[in-house]
Amino acid sequence: MDVLNGQTSIPLLSMRGIVKRFGAFTANDHIDLDARSGEAHALIGENGAGKSTLVKMIYGLLQPTEGTIAVAGEEVRLASPREARARGIGMVFQHFSLFDNLTVAENIALVLPPREGMAGLRARIAAVSERYGMPLEPDREVWSLSAGERQRIEIARCLLADPRLIILDEPTSVLTPQESLRLFETLDRLKGEGRALLYISHKLEEVRRLCESATILRLGKKVGGCDPRAESPRSLAALMVGAQIAEIRAPGERAPGPERIVVENVSILSGEIHGVGLDHVSLSARGGEVVGIAGIAGNGQAEFFEILSGERLAGGDAFIRIDGVPCGALDITRRRLAGAAFVPEERNGHAAAPEFSLSENLVLSRHATAGIVRRGLIDYDRARQLAQAVIAAFDVRKAGPDPAARTLSGGNLQKFVIGREILSQPGVLVVNQPTWGVDAAACAAIRQALVDLAARGAAVLLISQDLDELFEICDRIAVMRQGRLSAPLAVRGTTREEIGLLMAGAAPGETPSHAH
Amino acid sequence: MRIDLEPRAGRSLALDIGAPAGALAFAILLGGIVVWLLGKSPAQAFMVYFVQPLMEGWSLQEVAVKACPLVLIAVGLSFCYRANVWNIGAEGQFVIGGLCGGWLGVVTHGGAGQGAIGGWWIVPAMLLLGALGGALYAMLPALLRVWLGVSEILTSLMLVYIAELGLDYLVRGALRDPKGFNFPQSVTFDDAARLPFLAEGERLHAGVALALLAVAAAAFVFARSRFGFEVRLVGEAPRAARFAGFSDARLTIAVFAISGALAGLAGICEVSGQIGQLVPTISPGYGFTAIIVAFLGRLSPFGILLAGLVLALTYIGGEAAQVALKLPNDMTRAFQGILLMCVLMADAAARYKIRLVSGSGA
Repeated sequence: MDVLNGQTSIPLLSMRGIVKRFGAFTANDHIDLDARSGEAHALIGENGAGKSTLVKMIYGLLQPTEGTIAVAGEEVRLASPREARARGIGMVFQHFSLFDNLTVAENIALVLPPREGMAGLRARIAAVSERYGMPLEPDREVWSLSAGERQRIEIARCLLADPRLIILDEPTSVLTPQESLRLFETLDRLKGEGRALLYISHKLEEVRRLCESATILRLGKKVGGCDPRAESPRSLAALMVGAQIAEIRAPGERAPGPERIVVENVSILSGEIHGVGLDHVSLSARGGEVVGIAGIAGNGQAEFFEILSGERLAGGDAFIRIDGVPCGALDITRRRLAGAAFVPEERNGHAAAPEFSLSENLVLSRHATAGIVRRGLIDYDRARQLAQAVIAAFDVRKAGPDPAARTLSGGNLQKFVIGREILSQPGVLVVNQPTWGVDAAACAAIRQALVDLAARGAAVLLISQDLDELFEICDRIAVMRQGRLSAPLAVRGTTREEIGLLMAGAAPGETPSHAH
Repeated sequence: MRIDLEPRAGRSLALDIGAPAGALAFAILLGGIVVWLLGKSPAQAFMVYFVQPLMEGWSLQEVAVKACPLVLIAVGLSFCYRANVWNIGAEGQFVIGGLCGGWLGVVTHGGAGQGAIGGWWIVPAMLLLGALGGALYAMLPALLRVWLGVSEILTSLMLVYIAELGLDYLVRGALRDPKGFNFPQSVTFDDAARLPFLAEGERLHAGVALALLAVAAAAFVFARSRFGFEVRLVGEAPRAARFAGFSDARLTIAVFAISGALAGLAGICEVSGQIGQLVPTISPGYGFTAIIVAFLGRLSPFGILLAGLVLALTYIGGEAAQVALKLPNDMTRAFQGILLMCVLMADAAARYKIRLVSGSGA
């Protein structure tokens, strides 16, 4: 692999006046961006700001409506990812595209030209892995690897093509804090070789650690550029959102109430090959308490949510009690009647039906508890009133009086879904990833609503991958890993590092073999 | 080069009406080409198929009578299809409904059982038996799907042939008219076992009123009831339906029961209102044509009413075309098939934008 040229005055990548329209919608509006060799350039902005659209044009997945892209000073038209790769542009996607049943080497061979033998490939993988400090075992099957290890395969795949510019799309979203640090070391080495990095993230601490320059997008427009090292996370957040974000009002000291939800000994087998089951999971939460469940996605959280909600019944010795009612064998409707409410991770298609109006979506989860069904007939007037109450209380922005759920932005639909459950005055609320893909303002409103609900005496179970969120609003945090749940730790007596180690599978106080 | 289907941002009323109308127009065009290839005049065929049946009172009534079973069956199918349950066997449920209800017509022949209380109860009982028979027959694929996960598409379709051959067997055996010179047919029903006509001397029987009633009831159920909400939700977002607490299994059984009952009712209406006895074949494929009716009507009750009239027209026009143009009867079925394909394509075009993308992609 060649050592690339050092910094030059001509930017490696230069975008001028980029516009991308989808029908009437403008996703990118006259955006300029430069990325230089040997530097990491951050692209920051909230979900929906247009970051992904912009990088897809750099990687040839989309073509700009207007504007020019130049690579090393030469104007280019990138009609496909193949052409982008030929120009020395590589991309590491947020979602991995790997075959679980193939080995590391086989997964890498799949994307390379077929002329190379497996033996030569193994040597090259070993070389890349040593050079960049990314341990990779070519003969391991992918299903047995952690998210961090899988990401290394994606990065190695990208590096074998010797790219001059590497695009990384939210690379730490699936990593533990320790794995993220290792990733940054690799990225520092890539920078040191004179490669350019384009780093997409909304985690501002990371951007400040890694990047020399940044482009900030808001609602498809470039609202500024800066040197992130000279900014604070708060000032960066203000640039990104365009307003100051309200801080969560701390719940203050609360006397813990009675146990409102008790879960004991839940074990299920996974239905899928390489899937995750649950292994003797127990947990309880008292009124007035927010209990967090941390963990990297895919470690059993989705299954645990289904068990709690009753969408799936746990057999065996499992025991679930909600406000004194044994619920292990009850369906979701009966659990709602016992005083529980649930917010699943996926808004569209699970928490809400996209084509249904907001009032119909209110009927969806509250038909049994809100007195809107009489003799099998739905009182839609009453449903509309209740939906309006949610809309008013949670400041849901929408077009028209009762629009289809699909027309709302992610943040607004999530506020509606959470408000729908909170206004049912539940004694127990179980939420899964409530602020995933939600804009900062809605995110703050949702967290505040969860804290307020607990302050009124409810027990809140919060399943989240976002450690910032968990530390902001939880009283206790347990960690789920490979279907097992750790004992909950009081937030005031623990640290992110300790939770991070539990997420990576080490017992507290013990250092995992690969952590630094 | 590849073809991308991008979901359209919204559904518009124009597309909802335009897509089936466009599909009908396109199907007529294709049908015209087939007629032309058969060496006949497409213009003349169009007149015979789609214009002349609408010009006279008696043929208009005939259209309504033919539309009756189509609409009844298709309204039932709309419950299944909206819930993503694929009942393809309405034809079989139609036959069993006709057989069960018709059995009562056979055993009450010649005044049997009508002595003290009279014959007023026979027609209602026949309708009830027909609906019940159809619903029970539909339970076979429904329960197989719920208990064992067997594809209802295959089982419901295969059960059609069992029902048809069962009827054939009985009409040649146990239910054959002993004085019928060995013809494979039952006795003709007493008047007390015939559906009354809506007006004296006309062709419209009471089944037509039942079909209209079914349309209105279905529209009410979809718009106002929790059950209608369940059906719509399961079809639209199955995971959200589970989150709402609606049981998949219960719903599958319910929609099969409804569509089986309506198909059975259509069967007994045909036997009691039109034919007046049991014969080896009581349906010219109503149960299959109703699938086209359901989709052409976009699974909405009033749409189905209109679509039922259109498809009924092809039956009436098809009979006329055999006489007037010497076109084969298969032309009607071919046209119905062309129409279904066009409707399904128009549905896809209404829901997705179709884009040709050059290059191989990522």
